[in-house]
Amino acid sequence: MTAASARRTLATLFATLLSGTVLFIAGCGGGGGDNNNTAPPASTPTPTANQVKVTVGPNVFRNPNSLVTSVTICVPGTGTCQTIDNVLVDTGSFGLRLMASAVSIALPQVTANGGIAAECVAFASGTTWGAVRQADIKLAGEVASAASVQIIGDSTVPNAPSSCLGQGVQDISTADALGSNGILGVGLQSADCPACANTPLSGAYYNCTSATQCQPATLPVALQVTNPVSLFASDNNGVVIQMPAVPVLGQFSASGTMTFGIGTQANNGLGSAKVYTVSPTRGTFATQYNGVTISDAFIDSGSNGLFFDDSSITQCGDAPGLYCPASTLSRTATIQGLNGATASIPFSVGNVDQMLATGAYAMAGFAGTGSGVFDWGLPFFFGRTVYTAINGRPTPGGNGPYFAF
Amino acid sequence: MKADRRDWLAYRWLGLACLALSPLAHAVLGGAAATVETDKARMFASGTVQPGAQYTVHEMTLPRGTVVREFVNPAGVVFGVAWDGPAMPDLRQLLGDHLPEAASGVQAVRRARGGIGPVSSSSDTLVIQSGGHMGNFRGRAYLPQALPAGVSPDVIQ
Repeated sequence: MTAASARRTLATLFATLLSGTVLFIAGCGGGGGDNNNTAPPASTPTPTANQVKVTVGPNVFRNPNSLVTSVTICVPGTGTCQTIDNVLVDTGSFGLRLMASAVSIALPQVTANGGIAAECVAFASGTTWGAVRQADIKLAGEVASAASVQIIGDSTVPNAPSSCLGQGVQDISTADALGSNGILGVGLQSADCPACANTPLSGAYYNCTSATQCQPATLPVALQVTNPVSLFASDNNGVVIQMPAVPVLGQFSASGTMTFGIGTQANNGLGSAKVYTVSPTRGTFATQYNGVTISDAFIDSGSNGLFFDDSSITQCGDAPGLYCPASTLSRTATIQGLNGATASIPFSVGNVDQMLATGAYAMAGFAGTGSGVFDWGLPFFFGRTVYTAINGRPTPGGNGPYFAF
Repeated sequence: MKADRRDWLAYRWLGLACLALSPLAHAVLGGAAATVETDKARMFASGTVQPGAQYTVHEMTLPRGTVVREFVNPAGVVFGVAWDGPAMPDLRQLLGDHLPEAASGVQAVRRARGGIGPVSSSSDTLVIQSGGHMGNFRGRAYLPQALPAGVSPDVIQ
């Protein structure tokens, strides 16, 4: 048995155990947000529970700096539910994507154009391929009803077409390659491909009409995989992620919160946070580093390090692309929003191999090369409260899209 | 969008014609400069050429707005490709036979150290970096041994 298959078996075992547990809990009927009809009249309505726990720590995928949470999905309009753990919290994408291997309830498929809808998604690290199905997505007391979800590796659709596989360096349609049970995209947009409503595009939505044939196809925005936060009845203008500070060279684990809504309840106000607006199409602002202005800069909880180019920093021996300086380096970069707001950000670059050797999973100094971008990944979130506001949604800090901290 | 769609329809037929006539499954990294035209047709792109003393840059814009630059050395060999835009280009087309090497390089790094986010792999024969996030991608790949003398890989952007 290879190490990879052993990990896979373990992952499956964990998923099975957890899904069983959760089905039991769901069966016990902890009231969701659906009990309005029977609620007694009250002068002050109880606010919707809008906060979930997010963690970084040991995981079966051995991924460092992987920020994850648990997501409950239900067959739409029913009490048939399942909670899936180890789902990546990603401010760099939009919509919920789950590994078919982790899903044990039968979710209805989305059909359009006379066939089954499937989706190909390009991430920085590779492509995911799978069917589009619908689920009620429940996070704390919030519900996204009958939301489209990508089920990665769904065996009811044919294998990924070559036009999909070409969109990435590798296919990451397995839990091992993905490094999680799914991705919860809570980023700056709502629907993931508005242009796909009118034009069939390679590497986006497909229509599968037989066991072997899938063709690029249009899909109405309402049926597209969509940021579930944007579908909540309230607290639907963004998310607030708060994480504790962790050492540069790391610690075993860390836990924080993700709160839904910005300025909608007592627990998600902007406070003293400053707003940095971004390009409404690309989600980017500028970052100045080493005297150079990088226009392609962004905050992304789904990247596990700070990724930027600095040829003066030693890269790890057999892992070029990650930094392994002999001793920890102190650096500073300046974030500049499109609105002109600036922030000087001091950060540290540690030795990645040294961190991993300690068995740490949550490290502030994890960094690597950037190929022309400045990617403020998970280390940026440690010791901060970071607001991600959805495009076009009003907030006390103005309309999204923006990041605030 | 309308202009994009016209381009798309026009080039679609050109692309299909090339697909039918050419036995060459892939261009372009490491291929001859002429393969740039194959790439343009296959990816339904419009483009320009910027000749230079040390190398020539062929720039093309894909229907979804992503800009691809292909760098050709004086021997007429494509030594680098770079992309930047809202959608990934077709890497099978751009990297051709080098894509499997890129994938295995990236997977080796991931196996050793885990990781999520941008990917990177580097060897004597191929360097690739791919980063960004949904709606915004940037990356590049080049053949270190085909770089023109005195040219830094930094130009491949």
